[in-house]
Amino acid sequence: MCLGIPGRIIKIDDAGRKLATVDVSGVRRQINIACIVDAEHPVESCVGDWVLVHVGFAMSRIDEHEAAETLKILTELGEAQAEIEAMRRSAVH
Amino acid sequence: MKFADEFRDRDKAITLVREIEKLCGQIETTRHRPLNIMEVCGGHTHSIFRYGLEGMLPPAIELVHGPGCPVCVLPMGRVDDCVAIAEQPGVIFTTFGDAMRVPGSRKSLMQAKADGADVRMVYSPMDALALARKNPDREVVFFGLGFETTMPSTALTVLQAEADGIENFSVFCNHITIVPTIKAILDSPDLHLDGFLGPGHVSMVIGTAPYEFIANFYRRPMVVAGFEPLDVLQSIWMILKQISEGRAEIENQYTRIVPEAGNDPALAAVAQVYELREFFEWRGLGSIDHSGVRVRDEYARFDAERKFAIPNIKIADPKSCQCGEVLKGVLKPWQCKVFGTLCTPETPLGALMVSPEGACAAYYQYGGVKRQAPAETATAAP
Ligand code: SF4
Repeated sequence: MCLGIPGRIIKIDDAGRKLATVDVSGVRRQINIACIVDAEHPVESCVGDWVLVHVGFAMSRIDEHEAAETLKILTELGEAQAEIEAMRRSAVH
Repeated sequence: MKFADEFRDRDKAITLVREIEKLCGQIETTRHRPLNIMEVCGGHTHSIFRYGLEGMLPPAIELVHGPGCPVCVLPMGRVDDCVAIAEQPGVIFTTFGDAMRVPGSRKSLMQAKADGADVRMVYSPMDALALARKNPDREVVFFGLGFETTMPSTALTVLQAEADGIENFSVFCNHITIVPTIKAILDSPDLHLDGFLGPGHVSMVIGTAPYEFIANFYRRPMVVAGFEPLDVLQSIWMILKQISEGRAEIENQYTRIVPEAGNDPALAAVAQVYELREFFEWRGLGSIDHSGVRVRDEYARFDAERKFAIPNIKIADPKSCQCGEVLKGVLKPWQCKVFGTLCTPETPLGALMVSPEGACAAYYQYGGVKRQAPAETATAAP
């Protein structure tokens, strides 16, 4: 929950509410992107961004290389599996 | 020096450890006692144990595992409050999975669920809000837990509930804040710390400025660190470099994630919804001034503390637990009387055994059970 997990924004669901769909290792779910948008980086420009997702909120934009490295270490720590599993379960209901 | 087999960039790590050894040799203090460096964040604790980083460092460095695992510092009384809310008729109590097994004085949330309370694990506070939308005749409560890393998520969810006019959703706010906690640790007479590994993801939200007092008033270095093994080693090297040069500054090793100024939209949402409490109770550490936040009056209708009658009783930690000493780094986990016997990850007595980010669970999981006293380690070294 504290370490977050990297994912890629694949579409904007609701620009007003700043909601987008993210892909995290093949699991897709809706996240809130309010913390990574500002005047210079409006909602529409977020598609394709790699982000660090904490409990359903994109908290930081990262580059693709960083995303891959982070995923690797999270997998070794066992945190990635737990996080993805929690996401998968929550995506269902 | 032992390296975990899957250690990446082995050569870089070896070079860093050599540089760290060299710096230790130049620091006067290490002739009398080891340097105590505290990692504040549970993510670092997990990483340090997983990769056996302690074993790679020279004996002149002692890593002290700090209180930065929000699940681990949750007092029993608050768990009891969760259970009391969850057991009220009509309530759906939602929580991150991490908190399910934390023992309360009567039961954990997991046991409350087994006894019939509607407790549901969710991945995100957004999922709790979605449940509230779907179940207009029920009261959905989300257990808000964590440091500044997760605080924006519950604040933004409350703002969303307000915008959407959802009335059957509330947050049981147990968010805690890191800076007063570090101050309390620095003021604690039984601890002497020489430097800090700063929390990476908390800092991503709050930036580095709030730590300046550590350098300015306490004259201790802090390096905000990433949680990959090389990040941790490099940050330790940066701390030693400061000590050897007589500097005490706040430095940022994790610039790829942590902006100096923090995250504006996140901080704005937090400031809008939450205010500091006068004090907050921590497991093992007691009451720490201004270390928690509560929901502001303007958002009272989203505050579970006001919506429900909660017992709010302070429960002393069990006598056999020495979580407080371990949290402050005064005792190593294996020095606790019940470590690995009465207290294991399957049957946790203390919360430090519940989450892999707790020092006791990390020691237990990664073979630390067999760890010997430092003196024996020293004689075993070639
Ligand atoms: S072994 Fe258990 S009781 Fe002892 S400090 Fe660790 S978590 Fe607390």
